Amino acid sequence: MILKINNLHSTVDGKTILKGLNIEVKAGEVHAIMGPNGSGKSTLANIIAGKEDYEVTQGTIELNGENISELSPEERAHAGVFLSFQYPVEIPGVSVTNFIKTSINENRKARGLEDMPAKDMLQKIREKSELLEIDRKFLSRSLNEGFSGGEKKRNEIFQMAMLEPKLAILDETDSGLDIDALRIVANGVNKLKSKDNAVIVITHYQRLLDYIVPDFVHVLYDGKIVKSGVASLALEIEAKGYDWIKQELENLV
Amino acid sequence: MKYTEDDLKEELKTKQYEYGFYSDFESETFAKGLNEDVVRAISKKKNEPEWMTNWRLEAYRGWTKMKEPEWANVKYQKPNFQEIAYYSAPKKNPKLNSIDEVDPDMLATFEKLGISLAEQKRLANVAVDIVMDSVSVATTFKKTLAEKGIIFMPISEAIQEYPELIKKYMGSVVPTTDNFYAALNSAVFSDGSFCYIPKGVKCPMELSTYFRINEGGTGQFERTLVIADKGSYVSYLEGCTAPQRDENQLHAAVVELIALDDAEIKYSTVQNWFPGDANGKGGVFNFVTKRGLCETNAKISWTQVETGSAITWKYPSCILKGNNSVGEFYSIAVTNHFQQADTGTKMIHLGKNTKSTIISKGISAGKSQNSYRGLVQINSRAENARNFSQCDSLLMGNECGAHTFPYIEVKNNTAQIEHEATTSKIGEDQLFYCNQRGINNEKAIALIVNGFSKEVLNKLPMEFAVEAQKLLEISLEGSVG
Ligand SMILES: Nc1ncnc2c1ncn2[C@@H]1O[C@H](COP(=O)(O)OP(=O)(O)OP(=O)(O)O)[C@@H](O)[C@H]1O
Ligand SMILES: [Mg+2]
Repeated sequence: MILKINNLHSTVDGKTILKGLNIEVKAGEVHAIMGPNGSGKSTLANIIAGKEDYEVTQGTIELNGENISELSPEERAHAGVFLSFQYPVEIPGVSVTNFIKTSINENRKARGLEDMPAKDMLQKIREKSELLEIDRKFLSRSLNEGFSGGEKKRNEIFQMAMLEPKLAILDETDSGLDIDALRIVANGVNKLKSKDNAVIVITHYQRLLDYIVPDFVHVLYDGKIVKSGVASLALEIEAKGYDWIKQELENLV
Repeated sequence: MKYTEDDLKEELKTKQYEYGFYSDFESETFAKGLNEDVVRAISKKKNEPEWMTNWRLEAYRGWTKMKEPEWANVKYQKPNFQEIAYYSAPKKNPKLNSIDEVDPDMLATFEKLGISLAEQKRLANVAVDIVMDSVSVATTFKKTLAEKGIIFMPISEAIQEYPELIKKYMGSVVPTTDNFYAALNSAVFSDGSFCYIPKGVKCPMELSTYFRINEGGTGQFERTLVIADKGSYVSYLEGCTAPQRDENQLHAAVVELIALDDAEIKYSTVQNWFPGDANGKGGVFNFVTKRGLCETNAKISWTQVETGSAITWKYPSCILKGNNSVGEFYSIAVTNHFQQADTGTKMIHLGKNTKSTIISKGISAGKSQNSYRGLVQINSRAENARNFSQCDSLLMGNECGAHTFPYIEVKNNTAQIEHEATTSKIGEDQLFYCNQRGINNEKAIALIVNGFSKEVLNKLPMEFAVEAQKLLEISLEGSVG
């Protein structure tokens, strides 16, 4: 079991956002999380990544069988959590290459390893940038500064490819990508999938799931997973929207 | 010919005798206080010719009539100038059987910076003139330089050996009457470096000096004079480290640069004098006068990384006297805890088609205050003068301050002046983004700060840039909860 979340409640600035969320993700699986705007998808992603603004008031998060509630964001990253941000931030003056180099070496340091030799680093950067069809010149630009929406997302997946995480959470990585870029990025994600890692894809649209085929689809609504199913659930949502799910819920109560 | 560590050892061994150090390493320090007799005694101690003694005395007399400047945006307890000892020879003179014995404090700092002095020697073409307290302990690489006719030596020696050059140029850019601290320095300067590059010679290596304050209660007054004769080039590095200390220490240096026609001087400084502790106790008061004069087609670049000192008061400037001359100022000033920095530059455009560039990056953390103060002056004869200034401030936390005081005086309407200023804060979102990639706050800040400072760091010679980057990290340690 890579990720196990049990009865998660959380608040931010006094506002309750997650209200008893459960999810289990096994190695080798791809899970899609869908849900209306403001339902708490990004909140969930940030909480798994350890963002301090969000207070966990109840419940547990286990990564590889270990409770990670007490771990700092960087320790979670060292343990293999990767978040592709919905809105990646800019860091002026820090090149993509320098940033990813620092990131890789900090992760290695946490594992008691030496810095990656420059030769290996360059080799790996070359390989992964080719996989994602990223122009070399792009890598010497300042991180996310002046990047187009699509470039930002592609760069997130490039970092994911470099870091080879155990659990990757892609928060609306498809938004902002053109058709070709979507295919390239999805293709990249698929290449990185293995029986030892897992991917959670947060999205509003089926089009990404055409490429990254999920094993499970969950609907997050009002702070809870209210419905889970297989890939076909996403198609159903694409066709019908969320109203029927809300209706089902109301009928229950 | 490669200069090895063994060569250096040999040189240092012989230097010991040359400078008359024996097994008794007790420091020789004058009694505290300043008067004409003390000035005469300093001069005598250094065996100076009479003209030098008189020069000092004149400066001293001028100083007694001057007042400490108060316009800077800094607050501090003014030093009592009668409580300072104005001369001290090094207290411990290490045996110097190996370079590692130069001084443990100094080496410890270098190690923390990831660069040992020994390593630097091996790695880079750096000739080092180590000024420990007031007396130059060793000068290296002299031979290689001598072959090109380059003179690089302690200024005390230059006074003996090259009196004509000294008489002609010392005080020509920073007159003894220039300001309170420059006058004080002129009266009591202990030692420093002298450098002369002959006509058309390109200095084949970076020239370097490491300064440090060695003994409690002694002020440090260096004096540096660099002369680049017509068509010559030199890159000069100055760096300093000071061990932790409780008492405030006064440091008032003077640096004069002279770039004759078609000459170029690059002067780079990394300054990390003891900034005081986290509670604002102790630290060095750094009042420095640095100025360069450019003749026709000449160029002077000042690059500085200022991380130390409790108080920094420093405005490396360029007088663009010759037509087509160029002045540049690239600066990073970091303040943390209770540090206060008031630093910037003056670009005085006198000649036609003169050009100046100012890039200033201020980083403030803790409860510190960081001010940029710059003057761009275009005089009436300076046709087609151009200036570009950019002042960026980066704030960490809510208790520090960043201030910008740009002064622009234009007396010729053909001038083109551009000024840009930005202020930004290290955001929680930036930190979380880095954290999520496995980078802790300390390292994330270093990364963000390095990115912010990049345009200036890029101007430093390689080996200095690495040290400067580490220094930025060290100075901002503990600046986020
Ligand atoms: N820092 C915060 N302060 C106050 N409210 C917040 C904060 N962060 C999130 N919220 C609120 O929590 C709710 C869930 O937000 P979240 O970003 O998780 O939604 P989402 O499901 O990702 O939506 P979208 O599909 O639009 O990306 C929203 O109502 C949002 O306004
Ligand atoms: Mg969202």
